[in-house]
Amino acid sequence: MSQPESAVADAQAGGRGGQEPLAKLAARYGLRRAIARPRFPVYVRQLWERRHFILTYATSRNVSKYSSSALGQLWQVLTPLLNAAIYYVMFGLVLGGKGHIHNYPAFLLTGMFVFTYTQRSVTAGAKSISGNLSLIRALHFPRASLPLAYTIQELQQLAISMGVLLVIVLITGEPIALTWLLVPVVLLLQTLFNVGAGLVMARLGASMRDLNQLLPFITRTWLYASGVFFSIQEKVVGTAHLPQSVADVMYYANPAASYIEAMRDILITSDGGHTPPDSVWISCVFWAVFALCFGFWYFWRAEERYGRG
Amino acid sequence: MAELTEELSLVKAEEPAVAGTDGKAKAQPKPAAVSAAQPKPAATPPLDVPTGTPTVIVDDLHIIYRVYGAASDVEKGNAVNALTRILRRQGRPQMKEVHAVKGVSFVAYHGDAIGIVGRNGSGKSTLLRAIAGLLPPHSGAVYTDGQPSLLGVNAALMRELTGERNIVLGCYAMGMTPAEVKEKYQEIVDFSGIDEFVQLPMSTYSSGMGARLRFAISSAKTHDVLLIDEALATGDREFRKKSEQRIRKIREEAGTVFLVAHDLRVIEETCNRVIWLHKGKIKMDGDPKEVLAAYNKG
Repeated sequence: MSQPESAVADAQAGGRGGQEPLAKLAARYGLRRAIARPRFPVYVRQLWERRHFILTYATSRNVSKYSSSALGQLWQVLTPLLNAAIYYVMFGLVLGGKGHIHNYPAFLLTGMFVFTYTQRSVTAGAKSISGNLSLIRALHFPRASLPLAYTIQELQQLAISMGVLLVIVLITGEPIALTWLLVPVVLLLQTLFNVGAGLVMARLGASMRDLNQLLPFITRTWLYASGVFFSIQEKVVGTAHLPQSVADVMYYANPAASYIEAMRDILITSDGGHTPPDSVWISCVFWAVFALCFGFWYFWRAEERYGRG
Repeated sequence: MAELTEELSLVKAEEPAVAGTDGKAKAQPKPAAVSAAQPKPAATPPLDVPTGTPTVIVDDLHIIYRVYGAASDVEKGNAVNALTRILRRQGRPQMKEVHAVKGVSFVAYHGDAIGIVGRNGSGKSTLLRAIAGLLPPHSGAVYTDGQPSLLGVNAALMRELTGERNIVLGCYAMGMTPAEVKEKYQEIVDFSGIDEFVQLPMSTYSSGMGARLRFAISSAKTHDVLLIDEALATGDREFRKKSEQRIRKIREEAGTVFLVAHDLRVIEETCNRVIWLHKGKIKMDGDPKEVLAAYNKG
């Protein structure tokens, strides 16, 4: 089969009548290869130039997402609330996870809402490339726009559920405190982490097609390890009699647990209260910076390969 | 196999496609038009070259697609089969490689409007996507001046949203700035002629209206190299005239236009050069009248 192939190549070369090779012709007129990955700083700048697209895309997805259901955007609040109600009954009342936790409803809901934000960003990120192949095969834009838009979409949803959370926390008897001003800071750090995690998942999801099937199990395990409905400190050190270092690892090696812990320390102050300790802050900042930098770099490395299928 | 070799002798260097499509090629032997099957040298200089500098150079381009599709009839996707496959360490049968473009070379010049014709599955759309830089070549290369863009924002639009929101979304997706979007917005609405429907979700549009809006959005931006894939097929006669005018305008303004269409009349009216693709290879390249006549015979 290879012989006719080369025959035509010869014919074509002959047909060109001894012209210069096409690659040289291209170089002479300054034509560039259609596919090339831009250098990293250029890539970030291109991404910044696409910020309007990213924002509009996120908003549009949010608007269209619930357009077919009767309750519409209300589901953004209802879903985490219903989840929290189930966990409250199961773990708080039936299994007695409540323990000695002060203001358990606020404790549970804060954990639930904060964890849901990260969980949804990770899940959405994994689908952002593999679910948009037709868009990637039709238009030019830095591909990181897609996972970014998905995280921003989750952030927009979080803004609504955060308002609900604050109201519920007030109802459960927490006073409004000055420390609440730190809420946006924690959310910002968490968002940076989510962006990074979303980018990593986007690249993984683009090549590993089974990831979407596995993710629910991974995120559920993550949920249980993050102490959303129990206190890690109490269970690990108090009940299981493990050394304090195990609990520390569970807090600081798990970004979700760090963000949950920080948010609880800020919101739940009626037990005397304390702002998050330095170690929690360090963990929050570290995970945000690390995930963001690594995520962008990792995603950018495969930029020209997305969309090949 | 006999038929296949026969075909091979007619069409020079016709490599059997993917294993999967092999049977299909045999099943419908071509009405072998011997005259058409004599390929002209692929790189004949186009007729009105002298005006232009090259804008797109395609150099021995091969594109191989990976397709994840349904399994073959023999092995329907049930769990036991999937498990034995994993145990035997076989690859996924669903994954097929399709050799869609096999060694295409040509040079397009400034001011060219190139029509691409060929049967379904001859690699036309794939070639366009490769020129646009959206599909990485398996081997060979595409060199371009500026950023070629595919006319088609369809994938970015959302059916549940109003025409208004979709215009803004589509414009941003093509990389416009907010100022440009503001400037072009009314022009897009006027050109598409959808009037007050712009306030309604696109899912309520007739297929013609949807096509008009999509064409209006995607042609609102000026492109260095524009690639059009079957955009003119829909819409009524008045709109078709309008869009042909716009393509002519784009051609004058910018550089090079590539047009894929099954409606040969459109190609004859708008293009000054036609490339005939057959099974991923260039079968003929040159003056529209000549190529289209041969294509109609074949």
